[in-house]
Amino acid sequence: MPQLDPAVWPTQLIWLAITFIACYLVIWRIALPRIADVLEARQRKLDDDLKKATALKEEAETILAEYEKMRADAQASAHSVLQKAQDEMKAEAERQNSEVAAKLAKQTEEAEARIAEAKTAALSSLEGTVNEVVAAATEKLIGVKAGDQEIARAVTEVMGGKR
Amino acid sequence: MAEGGGGHSPLEQFEIKSIFPAGGHGGEVGTFAFTNSSLMMVAALVLISAFLILGMRRGALVPGRMQSLAEMSYEFIAGLISDTVGAEGRRYFPIIFTLFMFILFGNLLGMLPYSFTFTSHIIVTFALAAMVFIGVTVLAIAKHGMHFFSFFVPPGAPLAMWPLLIPIEVISYLSRPISLSVRLFANMLAGHTLLKVIAGFIGVLGVFGILPFALVVALTGLEILIAFLQAYVFAILTCLYINDALHLH
Repeated sequence: MPQLDPAVWPTQLIWLAITFIACYLVIWRIALPRIADVLEARQRKLDDDLKKATALKEEAETILAEYEKMRADAQASAHSVLQKAQDEMKAEAERQNSEVAAKLAKQTEEAEARIAEAKTAALSSLEGTVNEVVAAATEKLIGVKAGDQEIARAVTEVMGGKR
Repeated sequence: MAEGGGGHSPLEQFEIKSIFPAGGHGGEVGTFAFTNSSLMMVAALVLISAFLILGMRRGALVPGRMQSLAEMSYEFIAGLISDTVGAEGRRYFPIIFTLFMFILFGNLLGMLPYSFTFTSHIIVTFALAAMVFIGVTVLAIAKHGMHFFSFFVPPGAPLAMWPLLIPIEVISYLSRPISLSVRLFANMLAGHTLLKVIAGFIGVLGVFGILPFALVVALTGLEILIAFLQAYVFAILTCLYINDALHLH
C-alpha cells in the first residue's frame, strides 16, 4: 500500500502544512469576515425594514383611529345640528299655532261683540216701534189715548222678562 | 510500492508521484518534491479561496448561486458549532471551517477521474487529527490547568473502580487522533479501491460490463455523499473535542 511507505511522508506533511496554513489564513482573514459582514448587513437590513414596517403600521393605525374619531365627531355634530333645527322648527310651529289661535279667538270675540251690539240696537229700535204699535192698538181697541210714559213703562215691563 | 507487472493494481491510484522535480515511476520522492498529492492540495486551496472569495465578491443583499453556497457552508458550520459547543465555540470557527472545507474539497477533488485523493493517505489525515488532538489538549490544559486530569475520572465512579476506569479513559482519549484519522483515511481508501476494482470488470465482461458500469455510477454517487459525510464527521468530532476541552465533563 503506497500509504505505508514512510519515504513519501515528508513531502506530504510539508505540502499539507503549507496549503492548510494558507487555507486557514485565507479563510480566517479574508473569507469569513466578508461572509460575516454580508450576513450581518442583511440581518441589519431585515431588522431595519421590519422596524420600519412596524412603525408605518403603527402610524397607519394612529391615522385610522384619528379618522374614526373625526368621523364620530362629525356624526355627533351633524346629529346635534339636526336636533337643533328640529327643535327650532317645532318651536316656530308652536308659536305660529298659538298666534293663529289667538287671532281666531280675538276675531270670535269681536264678532260676538258685534252680534250683541246689533242685537241691542235691534231690540231698542224694536222698542220704539212697539211703543207706537201699543199706543195705536190701545187707542183703537179701547179708545183711550195712553200717555207715552205709561206705554213705555208697560212695554219695558213686558219685554223685561224677554231681554 | 507499486505492484510490479503491467496489471493495474487498484492501489496504484494512491501512489505518490513527483511532478517537480520530475520523478520516474516508483522513483525517489524528495522531501520538498511537488507531487500529485501537493497538486491536489494546492488545487483545494485555490478552489476554496475562489469559492469563498469570488463567490462573495459582490456581497449582494440577495445572494446569487455561488454566494448562496458560500453562505450556506458558513451557516452550516456556524450552526454545527453553536449546537455542539455553544457561544464559546465562536472563537474556533475559523479552524473548524478550514478543516471542513479542506477535507471536503480534498475528498471531492478525489472524485474526479485521474485525480488524486490526498485524504486517502493516512499521514495526511493523521497530521490533521494530531493537530486537532494537540490543539484540544493544549486548550484544555490552558483553561483548566491540573484540573484537566480529572477528565480521566468518570464522575460518580466509586474509588475502587478508579484503577480500572482511569486507564480506560486515558486510552480512549489517546486513541482519539487515531480513530479520527483512520476513519477518514479508511473511508477514502476503501471507496476508491472499490470503485477501481469494480471498474476493472467493465472491460473484461464485454457487453455485460454494463452491470459493473451501472454499479460504478451508483457508487460514485455514494462516494460523493461519503465525501461530504466524512468532512462533516471530522468537523463535528473536532467540535465535540473542543466542547470536552472547554467543559471537561
